[in-house]
Amino acid sequence: MFAYLVRRLLYALPILIGVNLITFALFFVVNTPDDMARLQLGVKRVTPEAIAEWKAARGYDQPLFFNPEARGLGTVTQTIFFSKSVRLFVGDFGRAEDGRDITREMLNRMGPSLAIALPTFVLGLLVTVSLALMLAFFRATALDLWGVVLCVAMMSVSGLFYIIGGQYLFAKVFRLVPISGYGVGLDAWRFLVLPVLIGVVAGIGASTRWYRTIFLEEVGKDYVRTARAKGLSETWVFFRHVLKNALIPILTGVVVVIPSLFMGSLLTESFFGIPGLGSYTIDAIQAQDFAVVRAMVFVGSVLYILGLILTDISYTLVDPRIRFA
Amino acid sequence: MNGVQIVFLWSDALIWLLLAAGLGLVLLVRRSPPLRAAWGKVAASRSGMGAATVLLAFVLVGWLDSLHYRPALPAAEGAEIRYAIEVRSLLDALADPLRSRTEKTYSAPLATHAYVKESTEHPGGGVTRAFPPLLHGGAHLAGAYDKHADDVAWRVAVGVLAAVLLWLPIAVWVAARQGGWGKVWRGETATAWHAVLLTLGAILLVLGPVFSLAGGYHVFGTDKVGQDVLYQVLKSVRTALIIGLVTTLVMLPLAVLLGIVAGYFRGWADDLIQYVYTVLNSIPSVLLIAAAVLMLQVLIDGHPEWFATAAERADLRLLALCFILGMTSWTGLCRLLRGETLKLRELEYIQAAQAFGVGSGRIISRHILPNVMHIVIIALVMDFSSLVLAEAVLSYVGIGVDPSMISFGTMINNARMELGREPVVWWSLAAAFAAMFILVLAANLFADAVRDAFDPRTA
Amino acid sequence: MQTTPAPLLEVDDLRLGFQAGRQQLCAVDGVSFRIARGETFALLGESGCGKSVTAQGILRLLPAAGRVLGGSVRYDGTDLLALPEVAMRAYRGGKIAMIFQEPSTSLNPVLTVGQQIAEVLARHLALRGEAARARSQELLEQVGIADPARRLDEYPFQLSGGMQQRVMIAIALAGEPELLIADEPTTALDVTMQAQILDLLAQLQAERGMAILLITHDLGVVARLAQRIGVMYAGELVEIAGREQFFTQPAHPYTQALFAALPDAGRRGAPLRTIVGQVPALSALPPGCRFAPRCPQAMPVCREENPAWRVEACGAQVRCHWQNEGEAVPAAGESATDDAAPATLAPLLQIRDLAVHFPIRKGILQRVVGQVKAVDGVSLTLAPGRTLALVGESGCGKTTVGKALLQLIRPTAGSVRVNGEEWVGARGKSLRQARRQAQMVFQNPFASLNPRLRVGEIIAEGMQTLGGLGEPATAIAALLQAVGLPADAAGRFPHEFSGGQRQRIAIARALAVQPRLLVCDEPTSALDVSVQAQILNLLKTLQQNLGVAYLFITHNLAVVEYLAHDIAVMYLGRIVECGTAAEVLAAPRHPYTQALLSAVLQPRLEEDGSGVQVLAGEIPSPARPPAGCHFHPRCPKATVECRNSYPVAQPLTATHRVNCHWPG
Repeated sequence: MFAYLVRRLLYALPILIGVNLITFALFFVVNTPDDMARLQLGVKRVTPEAIAEWKAARGYDQPLFFNPEARGLGTVTQTIFFSKSVRLFVGDFGRAEDGRDITREMLNRMGPSLAIALPTFVLGLLVTVSLALMLAFFRATALDLWGVVLCVAMMSVSGLFYIIGGQYLFAKVFRLVPISGYGVGLDAWRFLVLPVLIGVVAGIGASTRWYRTIFLEEVGKDYVRTARAKGLSETWVFFRHVLKNALIPILTGVVVVIPSLFMGSLLTESFFGIPGLGSYTIDAIQAQDFAVVRAMVFVGSVLYILGLILTDISYTLVDPRIRFA
Repeated sequence: MNGVQIVFLWSDALIWLLLAAGLGLVLLVRRSPPLRAAWGKVAASRSGMGAATVLLAFVLVGWLDSLHYRPALPAAEGAEIRYAIEVRSLLDALADPLRSRTEKTYSAPLATHAYVKESTEHPGGGVTRAFPPLLHGGAHLAGAYDKHADDVAWRVAVGVLAAVLLWLPIAVWVAARQGGWGKVWRGETATAWHAVLLTLGAILLVLGPVFSLAGGYHVFGTDKVGQDVLYQVLKSVRTALIIGLVTTLVMLPLAVLLGIVAGYFRGWADDLIQYVYTVLNSIPSVLLIAAAVLMLQVLIDGHPEWFATAAERADLRLLALCFILGMTSWTGLCRLLRGETLKLRELEYIQAAQAFGVGSGRIISRHILPNVMHIVIIALVMDFSSLVLAEAVLSYVGIGVDPSMISFGTMINNARMELGREPVVWWSLAAAFAAMFILVLAANLFADAVRDAFDPRTA
Repeated sequence: MQTTPAPLLEVDDLRLGFQAGRQQLCAVDGVSFRIARGETFALLGESGCGKSVTAQGILRLLPAAGRVLGGSVRYDGTDLLALPEVAMRAYRGGKIAMIFQEPSTSLNPVLTVGQQIAEVLARHLALRGEAARARSQELLEQVGIADPARRLDEYPFQLSGGMQQRVMIAIALAGEPELLIADEPTTALDVTMQAQILDLLAQLQAERGMAILLITHDLGVVARLAQRIGVMYAGELVEIAGREQFFTQPAHPYTQALFAALPDAGRRGAPLRTIVGQVPALSALPPGCRFAPRCPQAMPVCREENPAWRVEACGAQVRCHWQNEGEAVPAAGESATDDAAPATLAPLLQIRDLAVHFPIRKGILQRVVGQVKAVDGVSLTLAPGRTLALVGESGCGKTTVGKALLQLIRPTAGSVRVNGEEWVGARGKSLRQARRQAQMVFQNPFASLNPRLRVGEIIAEGMQTLGGLGEPATAIAALLQAVGLPADAAGRFPHEFSGGQRQRIAIARALAVQPRLLVCDEPTSALDVSVQAQILNLLKTLQQNLGVAYLFITHNLAVVEYLAHDIAVMYLGRIVECGTAAEVLAAPRHPYTQALLSAVLQPRLEEDGSGVQVLAGEIPSPARPPAGCHFHPRCPKATVECRNSYPVAQPLTATHRVNCHWPG
């Protein structure tokens, strides 16, 4: 088990290097820093001097991979690749266009992101698993049929609609909660209720349907017939035998997203003015702040890989077949 | 009109390619009984066929919008014909009144007067603030606004009548071919014709009045710059279809090839392919798309000389978006196919082929590919709806289609603040969301029918 | 004939069906039988005859699409079908318990053995806590599980197949049932495991006076356990007879045909009697007697009118128009004529020290820490036109030998020569040339044909790659005729054919390149007895006509007795005994061979399991074979020497060799 984890951690390294190479290629090879400078500066202010100044301010004035003017190690370290890509591994993400330190900004914004994403995740899982359980328990009845129809309808609605519609209804028409914004400390809950609620509702359709199929797949297995042959009640069979087996794929399937909860949600945060990482990303994209986007790509990958490792661990925790194998 | 120049946009070419692929698939299905049996199950599904009818209507709109041309400019006798810089489509021509009858700004659905008051200075001095009458909406009433309600009712009636007249002959024709009304209505035909006819009836009952009304009014109102919302919805369809279909087309070869190669050959090829898709997967897809689109934008902005018209630029950006979406979404299908191939290669008929010394290429094309096709088809129809939904989100974030291209995403993006206005402007958002909902719901229902028919576990 | 006044279970005119779309298919049509207290009643029939559905119907455990269409099931006078669901649950697991065919999937993978037993104790005996645990332990002891206290806390996947079935039995016994329904309880198990489980069932029944409803397709299992037998065909019972009448004078033509279709040594040389055609589909049942289309005795009346029950003089009930006294089972021991060429010809196939090892990787760097020696130094010789049977239980490596021979798995070491040409290491053209010489017929006819290709294309595949019998269309037609399929089969798809027909297609495909050697990997194990006979006959005819040699991989010793000229017995990757069929079958010298042969149940009246040497324990994992002789932990004769050294091959005759320190 330990050896396995170490192996997974070691495997994460080449993957992060790959992520790094892809982002580097996207940001510095497809377009030269000069192109970026022109875009950022706008058509009017483009002069060779302005471009040079823009590049120098961001450290883009070095060669890509190899600096023939420097000496020793400097030939490698005084390059864009080293300063912009390799430094990511030590958590140094550089500065954003507004001059702020990206690393610090990210740490500050993780809290609000998590404050939305975590309750949404937990509540969403509880709600959808319960609903799926209900549909599966009443399988092949009218409740199940219409439940599935409702699920398909709900998953056909754009996520934007849930947000825009929910915000309009609850914040503007009923005035139950503030439209947007964020508070400090416990005061924040007023701002969080609606985004969390919307996040949960938006996820109901697809997840419920997916979990329902997992439950139904388990219901069809041989051991369920054995359990019935023991004279156990249908409820007991369902909650002790089926639920326990079905929760294995469900739980291990969702574990992968847990670390990524730190990244927050792009849309929700931007609509509700939550100062989290999601809105940070969206602002960066819209302001074409390349340094921030690059940093977010890297952090996102790290969190995803962490999620993969957690998935492996969770398997060994919940599935006896792997725990004792 | 004295002449047109046919324009072939890249995406048009791909649409034709898709159409050809679709026809090829139909031929293939007709020749292969197992495939025919599977599609026969789709055809027997009521929800599937109803959804297919709706999808077909959307496809028709998208296709009409894919025949592009540049109209000739009015020129003096004998002078060389010059063509407009603006690229239009057959849909634009058919819906020309919708396109050209723009108002000054917002107007509510079916309104005859503007939505906001305007100050008018009277020649005799003094300023009054009133709702000015619209330039086009209700203009045919010639001021007799008290007849507005009657006119609307009359036009709805005409629309309904037209719908019924259109629908009846089709229904009669189907019933005659399928062995009588009774058989069709009781659902005893092999294909669920009653679902098709009912859906068709519903579509016609909606479209008839809408088009009848559209002759005199803005059925869904107008947006901030006075453009007809119905026209925008119609134009958005093509964008959505291209995003949903071309993206899959782009990723399909890659996913199929790499997935099967990884599963069949295993070893280092498998390791390499798994590495590539784990890397791509590990980058949050929105960020990868954002990064790619940002870079693309820099590239496009840096080379204005590449594009003859704005439409071409928007078109290429759309295709690039499809390509980027394809690059980020092939990993899922690839993984599925790899897993299935791993299972298949242990099957005895593959080993029997190996025992004959049949080459790997031939085993893959003859034995593996046809037996993973159901996964490909299921993935194809399932991805469509999520891609349509994704377009809206991406365009909203600003990394979607070109802002000049009409799509559900840009419609929503432009209207994002309208619910916050006083009084509320709701129709743009409502129309965009409703159209998208119908398209996606139909796609999801169709996908379900296809999955039920092709998935061996549900068979 | 039992004359118990009040039977424990009375099934009367039971009709069960399935909802298929808008159609209702009748799977069990008017089945009636009685089971007395303490009696073992066997329901015998081929796959799809409705015997398992009947069992599920009694407990009202039909799958979701299943429907009870009519009839009654009385348990001790109570009509189970009329009970409300809640009351029914008291019977399930309490009065009537059930065990299933596939123990590995029938146990809940995430609950411990103890939890799964305790559930029943809590439900039916209201036993909880320590008392339940003690009782569970007792039950495990009763079903012969060693170290029961430890096993209680283990999960099913930690147990072997045989142990899992014992746990299933323990669960069934926990509610102290008076009736045990055993649905193919040993079909998924190896012969030596089967012997253990049947012993256990017989012993438990004797101790508890429990009635057993035994569902099986295996006449040997019937002979071992049953006191009365009901024969089912296409959803109907066609004969109910006591043990004695059943085995001495089977009355129904179907029952007679089942007996006649069984291969054994006594029928060598002569073709097996087969039943033409196959079991009809539920959606296309013939009018009149359902067996009439396949019946050798069919009369015009049979095709029109379903026969009523008739009581034979001997007391058996039979449902047949044909008024025969019942044909005696052909006596065994007819002269076995060995018509194949003697083994002195130059060998067609020579395998020397073949080894297939799979590395076990562990640790951070995935270093190889061991080898699974699936095949570990196997040597075989096969002469042209003869049949060599490679016999062994699951996991012994016999299939791996077949695949390694054909280079479908690359051997780790050793040599495979076919016609003197070395195959190991051959590549490209020379390997392709070689592949013409040897082909394979696989075990599962449902997985061995590509569902997307027409039968003609499937058969033509080898010819296209290796070149074949000239013009493809005529060649395919000739091949189809040779395997007994109509010529129009070429244009159809595999799913239109039954299992037996598919196996014929697979044989035709292999023969298309005119191989001289055919590796048959359990070609009949997925087929019913009557169809198995057809395939065995076909293989025998083809050998006579084409002179093709067979390497016949199987665990079914009855088939071996019927078909094989030479036999090699495998245990844990090695050959432990080989020789001509007469030598190995008549005078087995290795203790494993002896146990294996004794575990084969004869479908005879006298079969009571007394001749079976029940082997203790399980087959060890090939990753960790026991030191010394691999068989010593299970061997009754094992000595210190056996624990220390692997015995070398001892030649007993020119052809008979055995790897044992104490052959005898």
